[in-house]
Amino acid sequence: MPRLPTDRLTRKSQFSAPLVISHKANNALYVYALEARAQKLGLYKGQPLANARAMVQPLEVVTADERADAALLDAIADWCDRFTPLVSLDGACGLFLDITGASHLFGGENALLATVIQRIASHGFAVQGAIAGTSLAAKALAHFAPGSIVACGGEAQTIAPLPIAALDCDDKILHALRHAGLKSIGQVAERLHSELSERLGKRFVTRLKVMLGAEEQPLQPRRPLPDLMAEQRFAEPVVTEAVISASLLSLAESLGGILERQGSGARLLEAVFFRADGKVERIAVKTGEALRDPKVMLRLLRQKLDALADPLDPGFGFDVIRLEAVLAEETKPATVSFDSDENARRQVRFLTDRLSARFGEHRVQRFVPQQTHIPEAAGVAVPAQDSDFTGQEWILKRRTNDPPRRPLRLLQRPEEIEAGLPVAPDGPPKYFRWRQCRHDVARAEGPERIAMEWWRKQGLTRDYFRVETKDGQRFWLYRDGLYRQDGFAPRWYLQGLFA
Amino acid sequence: MTHKKRVAIDSEPVWRIIEHIMNKSAQLAELRHSLARYGLPPERKPVATGHPQADAVLGGGLRPGSLHEVFVRSGGGFAVLLALLAAGGKSFFWVRPDYEAMEYGACSPNGLLELGGDPQALIQVRTRNAADALAAAHDILACPHVGALLLEIEGMPKCLDLVASRRLSLAAAESGVTAFLLRHGAQAQPSAALTRWQVDSMPSQAKDDDWGNPVFAAQLTRHRAGGLGSFSMKWNPANACFETPDIGAVVAAPADRPAHQKIAI
Repeated sequence: MPRLPTDRLTRKSQFSAPLVISHKANNALYVYALEARAQKLGLYKGQPLANARAMVQPLEVVTADERADAALLDAIADWCDRFTPLVSLDGACGLFLDITGASHLFGGENALLATVIQRIASHGFAVQGAIAGTSLAAKALAHFAPGSIVACGGEAQTIAPLPIAALDCDDKILHALRHAGLKSIGQVAERLHSELSERLGKRFVTRLKVMLGAEEQPLQPRRPLPDLMAEQRFAEPVVTEAVISASLLSLAESLGGILERQGSGARLLEAVFFRADGKVERIAVKTGEALRDPKVMLRLLRQKLDALADPLDPGFGFDVIRLEAVLAEETKPATVSFDSDENARRQVRFLTDRLSARFGEHRVQRFVPQQTHIPEAAGVAVPAQDSDFTGQEWILKRRTNDPPRRPLRLLQRPEEIEAGLPVAPDGPPKYFRWRQCRHDVARAEGPERIAMEWWRKQGLTRDYFRVETKDGQRFWLYRDGLYRQDGFAPRWYLQGLFA
Repeated sequence: MTHKKRVAIDSEPVWRIIEHIMNKSAQLAELRHSLARYGLPPERKPVATGHPQADAVLGGGLRPGSLHEVFVRSGGGFAVLLALLAAGGKSFFWVRPDYEAMEYGACSPNGLLELGGDPQALIQVRTRNAADALAAAHDILACPHVGALLLEIEGMPKCLDLVASRRLSLAAAESGVTAFLLRHGAQAQPSAALTRWQVDSMPSQAKDDDWGNPVFAAQLTRHRAGGLGSFSMKWNPANACFETPDIGAVVAAPADRPAHQKIAI
C-alpha cells in the first residue's frame, strides 16, 4: 500500500490542497508520504519539505504519525487473516500473505488476488499486489509490476527486466551497481555470485537468490500459527447470538473431531470473529489440560464471552467465525479411570479452567516455592493452570512441636511502625504503633537474622522478631539494618500477621 | 344420683380410631422432625475439630456440606484452620477480593505450611469485588471434589445478604463442600449459615515456654442444630487439629452480653 499514511487521512476527510506527510530526520523535514495529486505535480518521497513547498503552493502538510499508521496496518493484517492464518508485516506499509494451499478456497490465485485488492481498495486505500513463489519476488513485482502472478519457478524470468531499484537494497549497493553499469536485475543476476558476494556482501547474494526464486526465505508470521483450526464462512453476516452459538458448537465439534483423530487436545483455544466491516475480535481461552470435548470447549468460551467487559459487538454481523487450537498437545487416550482420586483431580483442574476463563488466569493462583530466605519472595503465586510448576515440594523448616515461625499472612509491603524504645539495645520494642493503634508487647522472640542475598546488593539485613501483644495478637516485626551500624534509631517494620 | 350411661361399643372401630390417632401422631412427629430440620444440610459424617467441648456441642464436629460464618476482630487464622480441617487433604479454595490482601495481608504459603497445611492443595482466587467473589464461590461449591471453600469478605457489602447466604448454604449442601465465610469488621446479620463464630485471639499461657501456637477465644454464637458455647481453642500444628490449652482456662464471658444469649435471626 504505497500511500497508506495519506490514505489514512483522506479516507476520513477531504483536503482541498494536495496532501503531503512530513517527517523529521536529521533535524530537517522531509516528505514521508504523498497523495496521488501531489505526485502528479512532481513531488517525490524523500524530498526536502521546503523544496516541495516551493514547488507547489498551496500544500497541505501533516506530521507523520507512525504509530497510527502501524495500528492501521495491523488492522488490515487482522482483516487479511480471513484468507490465510500466515500474514506477516513488511515494513511500514506492506503485507505478505502466505497463500500456500489456501488459494483454491477463493477460486484460484487470480480470483484471490482480485478479491484482496478490490476489497482493500473499496475501503479507500491505494493498493498493489502480486503473487510469486517467494516473498521478495512478490514484493518486487507488487511495486514494479502490480497485478502479476508468477508460477513457481518463473520468478527469474519475470523479475529480470525490473530495474535494480526493485532489489530494495540500501543506497550504497544501488550506487555501486549503477557504477558498474548494471541497470536491471537480469544483468545483476548474470554476474557470478562469487563476484557479487566479494563486492557487495553475502547478504546481498542471498537476497538476490530469494528474489529470483532460487532460495526460500520463511515469513515471520504476526501471531503464532495455530496448530489446528476450523472455520465457517457465511454468505450473509450473522448477528444473532443463537446462530453464533450454534456455529461455535459446530466448529468445536469439527475441531474436536480433528483433535481426536490426531490424538491431541487443545491447550489454548482462540475464537476469532471477523466482522463484516473489517474489525476482528479474538477471544482466547487457556485450559489446564488438553481438551477436545466440544461441549467443554463451548462452555469455556461462553463463560469467557459472558465475562467480557464490553460484550462482543456483532455490528453489521460476522461473516467468518473461526475456532483455532493455537496450542495443541498430545494426549494419552482418554481411558475411564477407576482411580477416583484422578477423577477428582481432573474435576478440580476443570474447575480452575472455568474460573480462569471467567475471572482471568492471573486471578486463579497456586503457590510455588522459591529457593530463597527472603520471606516475601519465598513463595510466588502463579496461574493455577500452568502445569510447568507442578511437583515442587514445600519443605517444612520448623522442627516438630515448635510453634510456627512464619506468619500466615504477609502484608503486601512491610509497613513502617512507630516503635517504642527496645528492652535491650538490639532487642524488640516495648510497644509499637501500627495503623494508629498502640500495641503493647507482652512477649517477643528473636532476633532471627535474615540477610539480603549478596548477589543482589540491595536492602539491609533484617532482624526479625515474633511478638505477642497483651491482647494476644501475634505479629512479625523486623528492624531494618543492624543495630550497631545504623545508630540508635533504626526503622521498624511490620511484615506479617500470625494466625 | 347420677346414672352412668353405659354405651356399648364395638371393639373393632375403637381400635381403628386408636390406630388412626397413633398414625396421626407418628405423622405429626415426622412432620415436626422435618420442620425442625428444615433448611439444615443433610446429615454427613462430621469432621472432629479435636477440641472435646466444641465437638460435643457441635455434635461430633463440623458438618460437611454446610456454611459456617466466622466473625473476627483479630485472629483471622481461625477460619483458615477450620477450612484446613474440613478440606482434609483435598483441594482448598481461598476466595478473596483484592482489597482483603491489601488490608489483611496476602496468604503466605510458608505460614500455611507451618500450620500443618499443604500449600500445593491451596488455590487462591482473587476477585475484583465481593460480588465476583460470591460468583466464584458458587462455581466452586458446585464441584463436589473440592475439599473446602474459604470466602473472605470485609465489611458488609450489599450483595452478601440473607438470600446470598441461603444460596451458598444450599450449594454447599448439594455438593457436600464445606464453606466458610470469614468476615472482617462486620456485624452479624441474618443468615442461613449453620454456625456462627465470634473469634478473637487469646494470649498464650504464662508458663508456656514454647509460646506462639495460635490460641483463639472462639464463641459459638449461633448454631442451628445444637447448643452454643465459648471455648478457648489452641491449634496443634503437628497433629493439624485443635486442642484445649494446657491449663484449661475458661474464656471470660463478654461484658456486653451474657454468653448464652441466642442471637435471633
